Amino acid sequence: MGLSELEPGAAGSPVVSAVSPNFMTTSLDFLANWARTGSLWPMPFGTACCAIEFMATAASRYDISRFGMERMSFSPRQADVLICAGRLPFKLAPVIRRVWDQMPQPKWSISMGACASSGGIFDNYAMVQGIDTIIPVDVYVPGCPPRPEGLLYGVMLLMKKIRGESFTDDLLRQEQTIGANGLYLPPDRIDELSEPFGNSVSQTRST
Amino acid sequence: MTAPPSPSVAALRKEFGDAIGRHVVSCGDTVVYVSRERVHDVLRWLKETPGQGYTYLTDITAVDYRDPECPLEVVWQLRALDRPADLRVKVALPAGQPLEVPTVWDLWRGANWLEREVFDMFGVLFIGHPDLRRILMWETYAEGHPLRKSFPLRGHFSRSEQTRQALAGNPEAHYSLEELSIAEEYKNLPPDVRERLKQGKRGFVE
Repeated sequence: MGLSELEPGAAGSPVVSAVSPNFMTTSLDFLANWARTGSLWPMPFGTACCAIEFMATAASRYDISRFGMERMSFSPRQADVLICAGRLPFKLAPVIRRVWDQMPQPKWSISMGACASSGGIFDNYAMVQGIDTIIPVDVYVPGCPPRPEGLLYGVMLLMKKIRGESFTDDLLRQEQTIGANGLYLPPDRIDELSEPFGNSVSQTRST
Repeated sequence: MTAPPSPSVAALRKEFGDAIGRHVVSCGDTVVYVSRERVHDVLRWLKETPGQGYTYLTDITAVDYRDPECPLEVVWQLRALDRPADLRVKVALPAGQPLEVPTVWDLWRGANWLEREVFDMFGVLFIGHPDLRRILMWETYAEGHPLRKSFPLRGHFSRSEQTRQALAGNPEAHYSLEELSIAEEYKNLPPDVRERLKQGKRGFVE
């Protein structure tokens, strides 16, 4: 709307018309979620080959900036989405948990690839069997590694999830603290999540 | 037809006699077995003798053969860079005896982390090593030595217990000893360099 469309007031100064569309009504949830979906800053936690696909997603051909993820945040303090791209060894478990704890609310996480989601082919002594035993996960992207389209679809699913969030839901922004048993989940839940599957079911724990 | 063994084997037999065991040629590489007591002397001789000159330590590793009499062998892979030539030296560790070999850290400083890795993965003790700690697994890892054949693939503990122990680990703890060793080195610096570092100066030394 140009200045010429403004009606001159009594003193000659422009006055905004009563019918001018200079305001709109909406719900706070919609506005906040709209802003959040458009400016998700990812915290890349790349540990393996999935990180290469993640880099391809961020590069010009697939261009994750189109989704408002222009700025890779290499500091967890200024990040919204933790993207764990790659397998996570037990030695890195306290590190990813520290990164997650340092991220301010609101925050989400994407588990990218088979290894981050379930341990993948690495059903061995050194590997976390799914990062959901360490940090809460919002979107799992399958694949070994997932193609950039797969990760972008995961990002869009996360955006869809964020659009459905509400300020009235206190549980969404609740910080998870470590339990008396030193874990973030009940031990039997972790054992259940880490159950062997596929080819590794025939390998036993005893020798 | 197999390739002839490296001429270093004959030279070793002449020098060390009974301390040198059998030798095999595998895929063109000469493997020579040495007694545990003399292995340090043998490696020093191979490194320092003119004409041998195996100055580069490629790798130290170990192999678990699941053999009841001789379960473990420690392997030193040597290379003479100027020829070039390779030689693999092995020490067999019989069952019932302590898993101990002498360190070669005094010959090759790069052996420090290689020996730590063999200790971490196989539990072989390197006598005389300055800082024999775990290097790949975290320092409080309590399940044993993962590359032993007797070690179950998924470890001894349940997944929840492994997760609990991993989360109890302090990420900073892995670096503190490193920093301490840097602080140790600080004392060995020349006084003028120490003075400059204390003042926060960097760059060229006049």
